[in-house]
Amino acid sequence: MAERLLEVTNLSTQFFTYAGVVKAVNGVSYTLDRDETLGIVGESGSGKTVAALSLMRLVPDPPGKVVDGTMVLKGRDLRALNDEEMRAVRGNDIAMIFQDPMTSLNPVFKIGDQIAEAIRLHQGKSKREAWKMAAELLARVGIPDAQSRVKQFPHEFSGGMRQRAMIAMAISCNPDILIADEPTTALDVTIQAQIIDVVREMQAQFHSGVILITHDLGVVAEIADKVMVMYGGRTVEYGPVDGVYYNAQHPYTWGLLGSLPRLDLAEKTRLTPIKGQPPNLLLLPAGCPFSGRCGYERPECRDNWPELEIVGTEHGVHCQIPQAERLELRAQLPRFKAQVA
Amino acid sequence: MARSKGDKIVADEATASDSQARASGEKALGLWGDTWRRLRRNKLAVVGMCIISVFLVVGMATEIANIAGVNLAPYDPNQVDYKLSPTGLGSPPSLTHPFGTDYIGRDIFSRCLVATRISLIVGVIAVAIAVTMGLALGPVSGFYGGAIDAAIMRLADVFFAYPYILFVLLIMTILGPGFVNVFLAIGILSWATYARLVRGQILSIKTMEYVEAARAQGASDLRIIFRHVLPNSMAPIYVSMAMGVGGAIVTEATLSYLGIGIQPPNASWGKMIADYVTYFQAGRWWMLTFPSILLVVTVFGFISFGNGLRDATDPKLKE
Amino acid sequence: MSFLEVQNLKMYFPIRSGILKRTTGHVYAVDDISFSVEHGETMGLVGESGCGKSTTARVILRLQQASGGTVTYDGEDVMSASRAQMQRLRRDMQIIFQDPYASLNPRMRVRSIIGEPLKIHHIGTPAERRERVVQLLETVGLTAEHADRYPHEFSGGQRQRIGVARALALNPRLIICDEPVSALDVSIRAQVINLLDDLQDELKLTYLFIAHDLSVVKHISDRVGVMYLGKVVEIAGSDVLYDFPQHPYTEALLSAVPIPDPQTERTRRRIILEGDVPSPANPPSGCVFHPRCSRMQPDPCQREMPALEGTGDAGANHLVACHFATRYPQAPAAAAAGT
Repeated sequence: MAERLLEVTNLSTQFFTYAGVVKAVNGVSYTLDRDETLGIVGESGSGKTVAALSLMRLVPDPPGKVVDGTMVLKGRDLRALNDEEMRAVRGNDIAMIFQDPMTSLNPVFKIGDQIAEAIRLHQGKSKREAWKMAAELLARVGIPDAQSRVKQFPHEFSGGMRQRAMIAMAISCNPDILIADEPTTALDVTIQAQIIDVVREMQAQFHSGVILITHDLGVVAEIADKVMVMYGGRTVEYGPVDGVYYNAQHPYTWGLLGSLPRLDLAEKTRLTPIKGQPPNLLLLPAGCPFSGRCGYERPECRDNWPELEIVGTEHGVHCQIPQAERLELRAQLPRFKAQVA
Repeated sequence: MARSKGDKIVADEATASDSQARASGEKALGLWGDTWRRLRRNKLAVVGMCIISVFLVVGMATEIANIAGVNLAPYDPNQVDYKLSPTGLGSPPSLTHPFGTDYIGRDIFSRCLVATRISLIVGVIAVAIAVTMGLALGPVSGFYGGAIDAAIMRLADVFFAYPYILFVLLIMTILGPGFVNVFLAIGILSWATYARLVRGQILSIKTMEYVEAARAQGASDLRIIFRHVLPNSMAPIYVSMAMGVGGAIVTEATLSYLGIGIQPPNASWGKMIADYVTYFQAGRWWMLTFPSILLVVTVFGFISFGNGLRDATDPKLKE
Repeated sequence: MSFLEVQNLKMYFPIRSGILKRTTGHVYAVDDISFSVEHGETMGLVGESGCGKSTTARVILRLQQASGGTVTYDGEDVMSASRAQMQRLRRDMQIIFQDPYASLNPRMRVRSIIGEPLKIHHIGTPAERRERVVQLLETVGLTAEHADRYPHEFSGGQRQRIGVARALALNPRLIICDEPVSALDVSIRAQVINLLDDLQDELKLTYLFIAHDLSVVKHISDRVGVMYLGKVVEIAGSDVLYDFPQHPYTEALLSAVPIPDPQTERTRRRIILEGDVPSPANPPSGCVFHPRCSRMQPDPCQREMPALEGTGDAGANHLVACHFATRYPQAPAAAAAGT
């Protein structure tokens, strides 16, 4: 059995601010294999971006710090590496695509320079060779006329093309893991479709694992193999995509799925929103961060964080409500009523 | 407009976890509350604020005293007493005269004290004049754009193009020396800074959606400028004002040093420095030193405060 | 006569360059569009960035002076209204903005923000205005105690509600919603969408709902217009648009929208459009969509922009601007297909 590509256990990252300690990521665990796509889903304050930055050890310190957990990539714990070793990992073994292509590319350097930078850093190629590879990469991510495009500046590219350029940068060193942080949020929907395709193709070519961070449940349904739902820094549900969508076990997941308007359903059902506001990370309860908005919470929910409960193949949830009761509650929700049990 | 069961649900949706947020001492900070807190933590700015406070208190007290015809200083600053200056070179600091006396026996400490008044008035009024002029022209320029904007900004360019001191000297030569003319000159020549600053702010605020919202409601231009655009454009103005007071004080000192600012018998730090420089060379250090220190410390106070204010209001430095 | 009628509306922004600021070209933000909205309905306007939908909103409200065309609101001509007439019209036509953080003046208390329209139009005494503000707050699901706070003390969803309250202050009959939920968290979007739905029923409002998220637009709208590069390329009832899109752009748009259902996603037919959206400063000749269109034929597509008209299958209920519009399946086949 091939070893796991990535195994993250009990990751906790905290920010020490003047106003208090923010537990941005609190005991998060997941795994990732080659050719697998993990979708991390959450809204503002869920901790999904910080979780990804923690993996790359890019959390600004101060005020942030990874305080607990292990992140084992191909047998090595990333937390145990020194700065030099970690730099060799970044861009090389793990690469990241950021949300806003406008600001993640340096406007004063040519696209070719930026792509070549990573290549020269990690693969020691000469400038010439690196530029040649950069042009090839641009072509591979679907930019027409790559040979001349590679000499242009970011402002000469459109949003979608910039994102492709970022993907080219990310894959330049054949990374084992590609982290995409809201890669399509700033893009139009037809461009989004193109970018998702590019990511899929690149994954197929390099057999990398992809971690897709997003709030868009549609995109996750499109390309993820498994899903991790985060709220207030914690994982509330984690499992294969079909399991999480069709057999959702956590009230937050129900809330998310029920609050989405569906393009493909004809009936004009009233949406079922989640009441309340996103969590205040300075004032998280010791137990479940979703208590207070849940609607089904028990007295013990605020103070006790429940253990992982297995509810299906590789599908787990953290919830105090006993499963039988949960399924009953779920059956009453419009979204799940419509589903065949 | 009563709404039935829909109300309750919608209210819950919006306000659930509101109380959670309020409950624990996360106070609702006013808009300046956050700025104040950040300012407090900047040690240099706090030092600056203390200096400014002392300066303001002393300055205002002496001004009021001046109007009332009362002398707050231990001695009459203009009291000549040859006995205290037996050699014609003043006497060094002593218990009775903590800053010493000058070449004609005047108490330096008293002179410094009343000079504070001059600096305060000049600083504050010069800036007030400049800001008033700047805020009269800047918003018009920024809000309406086009030819008017171009005209006003070209005029400002003229004011920027001249080296400041030369321009001030020019004006003073035309107006003649004297207390009032000093702050008039400094004030008139500084308007361009504020005008340009506020115009820049207005150009960006103008495009904000809340300005569009006001227009969509039918608000008049005047209302939009004064209720929406200006109040949100003021932050860098306050910073400039703090620095501006410091700058005005230095300029006054310069003018007085050159002899075209404050005239005798009024004392200002700059005048004192001018008068006492030769005595410094003769080894009579106290006459020059104390006014210089006061000048430097005061201006340092304003600059530090201004810097601190700038950092505290910078949204990018928010934690 | 429809409640709101837009005819041949044009908004061309001049591009000025050089020292003398000569006009070297135009941005054809809105290029000769026409549509109508009936009283009490919700008309959705959907399209991607640069299609001109937000500009359309601003031109309808005369926040921007149109380059040409007419906008008729309840029989009155908006473009040529006098200042006094416009003030009156403004009480009837309001707007909710996209960015909850930029649409509220950070230095004003909520009570002043919501009460401002009343003040501008001299409605009521101060006491009456205060009361009305509380009423409006409660209508949108906030409470009276929120009136004394500043915008930064609220979350995005709450701020958007304040924006809605402000829009309702003058009892308008038409509200233009310009991307009202795009900047909100997913779980909060549903709250605001429901609120808008409820308010429409209660207050008999007419909405022009502008967004790029087709799922949201389809959910809330009765009819939907699809815009591309300053033109309206298709208008149809929202269900019909999804079931029988006739324009190739609409088809591509629909297939690009991700659906939160893994099985559906796996079995969907995807249409991926090539290339990028052209710049509105330099639109293609003939049909604006032709460079990216799979059905494109040099003649007539490169020559002539097709008119927005019905294909005869559904009369005036389904308009499309395409030389090769998809026809409806024949009636018996449609019934047999079980849609």
